[in-house]
Amino acid sequence: MSSELTNVFAAKMLPQRELFSPGHRACQGCAPALVMRYMLKALGPDTIICNSTGCMEIISSSYPESAWGVPWIHVAFENSAAVASGVEAGLKALMRKGKIPQRRITVLAQAGDGGSLDIGLQAISGALERGHDMIYLCYDNEAYMNTGIQRSSGTPFGASTTTSPAGARSFGQSTWKKSLAEIAVAHHIPYVATASVSYPFDFMEKLKKADAVRGPALVHVFAPCPTGWRCPSELAIRLGRLAVQTAAFPLYEVVNGKYRITQNVPHLKPLRVYLESQGRFRHLTDDLIDELQQGLRERYAALVAKAEASQE
Amino acid sequence: MGTRIGKEVSIGIAEAAMMADVDVVSAYPITPQTHVVEHLSELVADGHLDAEFVPVESEHTAMSTCCGSVAAGARTFTATSSQGLALMHEILFIASGMRLPIVMAVANRSLSAPISIWNDHGDVMAERDTGWLQVFVENGQDAYDHILWAFRVAEDHGVLLPIMVNFDGFIVSHVVESLEEWSPEEVRRFLPPYDPPYRLDVDNPWTFGPVGIPDIYLETRKAHDEALLGAKATMVKAWSELADVVGRQYYPVEQYKADDADIVFLSMGGISETCMTAVDELREAGKKVGLVRLRLWRPFPFDEVKAALGGRKVIIAIDRALSTGGPGGPVASEVKAALYGLETRPQVIEFIAGLGGRDVTVGDFKQMYEKGAAVAAGGPVPGYELLGVRA
Repeated sequence: MSSELTNVFAAKMLPQRELFSPGHRACQGCAPALVMRYMLKALGPDTIICNSTGCMEIISSSYPESAWGVPWIHVAFENSAAVASGVEAGLKALMRKGKIPQRRITVLAQAGDGGSLDIGLQAISGALERGHDMIYLCYDNEAYMNTGIQRSSGTPFGASTTTSPAGARSFGQSTWKKSLAEIAVAHHIPYVATASVSYPFDFMEKLKKADAVRGPALVHVFAPCPTGWRCPSELAIRLGRLAVQTAAFPLYEVVNGKYRITQNVPHLKPLRVYLESQGRFRHLTDDLIDELQQGLRERYAALVAKAEASQE
Repeated sequence: MGTRIGKEVSIGIAEAAMMADVDVVSAYPITPQTHVVEHLSELVADGHLDAEFVPVESEHTAMSTCCGSVAAGARTFTATSSQGLALMHEILFIASGMRLPIVMAVANRSLSAPISIWNDHGDVMAERDTGWLQVFVENGQDAYDHILWAFRVAEDHGVLLPIMVNFDGFIVSHVVESLEEWSPEEVRRFLPPYDPPYRLDVDNPWTFGPVGIPDIYLETRKAHDEALLGAKATMVKAWSELADVVGRQYYPVEQYKADDADIVFLSMGGISETCMTAVDELREAGKKVGLVRLRLWRPFPFDEVKAALGGRKVIIAIDRALSTGGPGGPVASEVKAALYGLETRPQVIEFIAGLGGRDVTVGDFKQMYEKGAAVAAGGPVPGYELLGVRA
């Protein structure tokens, strides 16, 4: 599969055409907006996007303007996977019955971490279980940014948000980030991957793999939000890289149940280098930073063990 | 003409959807809708219907999936009831606001709590303002005809709105009725293929469901309201075309032995058939009484209601739902609003009947008539009454 996909590693060979147009209303330094751009460079024009309510919906579709050069539908917050199920089923029936020409069309549903890990989880599970030929993309900026930086189940331990504020009796988010990829793997679907906006070629290759499989695929892409993370906008890409290098967000893929770490980090950097430029972590004590680092490293070790077991 | 056979109404509804050659059925099971979707999945499994049957994990997803499939250009059908309809609530507004012509059969059932699987109209009355076209049927033939008619109306380019075909749970859904099925030729004559003016097409990309800022939201609501009101003309035309094809004529508001009646019952749905029996017996006893049935609920047929009810002495309005803490029954409330502008307004007495599956008998209608007659004779107009309720 991967040999035909290696061309995406050459930046000059990426399609020039911008199917996600500039001029949309995203904040300065918005990494999710880059996710949209890379996504359509990887998937091309024969793609239908089913968008959940959220940042990428509101910044791209203020009537009568639209940033989308592909067919795009937004219905509600929690149901982009369900809408995509319908689009896929509709196209399948129409093609089988000869009402529209037979043709490969990619159907992609997408939502942020809140729209995926919280309110959209049931619809995602249903769509994956039913086996629709579609891609589910979660762009994860680790809180409800569109409504004003409220915590989600994708918000990391220790982060201060507007609904998990640090205070005299609170150190911020007291729970651990939910793993969407592991939940997807439990559905025994052919392709699951994590990705990061800071590794664009890896992300695009994973999307192409997700597109190439027949059946459901899920890609969980890390996308820093300078506004919500309270950091300078020019750090968005660097933070995405540091998240991988500190095991805050490891990159891996699971092909038919086999794990492979796609960005190996033999020597993890101290978590502090990732946290220090982000206002959402500025209140953390050394003890809490140690606790967070230890928890992330335990999870990373468990992932490495799964990848090694998959090679046996 | 097709053949007349005995058939469970739910099975008839499923087969009418098959005759419409639906492309996608997405549904979640809920009593008493189940026989409709079970039979559709059988029709697909046995190769009688070439469609994608999407067995979703909730009604919220059922309606969301329908939005996706109809936007992709597929003729789409679903069915639900009660709690399931309530779970769809959020998406119902979006389906109509985005002008997606989904056809949905609703087996009307009461809402929890306490949980009850039995029939009333509480479920659909909570969805009155969702911007869907809404009709009520009374029996198996009605139900079968109106599934095909619903596609004809919803998909019309001058309409493009989703539509609910309401049929009473159990008392209509589960009974075996004498039913005349349509022949394939009759369906071809009546129902053109779905030809969406806009769909999710990679060769001609459209943006569906954009943000409506304050500058545009108001205008979209006006357009939606006008589309709903304007749909009545297409509905009436489609009823007339249906009559041309199969010989049965339907109207937004229908009357039974009401020409010379001073006192009329007003009802909606399957209960009307029991009421007709009561009218027959009252007529035999020399009472000048009749029945006016609302078939069309949205858009509300103001003109037809005024024409049918204006000039009567007393209207006995029968509701199958209670607007708790409000004016009583939603049907009576809207009928009164329709009559308000008349110079001489009839008196309206209101009964909330048959909630949660409580039987409503011919005898009950006769008692309601006696109360109507007392008002006609100059007695005071009582407030709404929950028929048969124990103290």
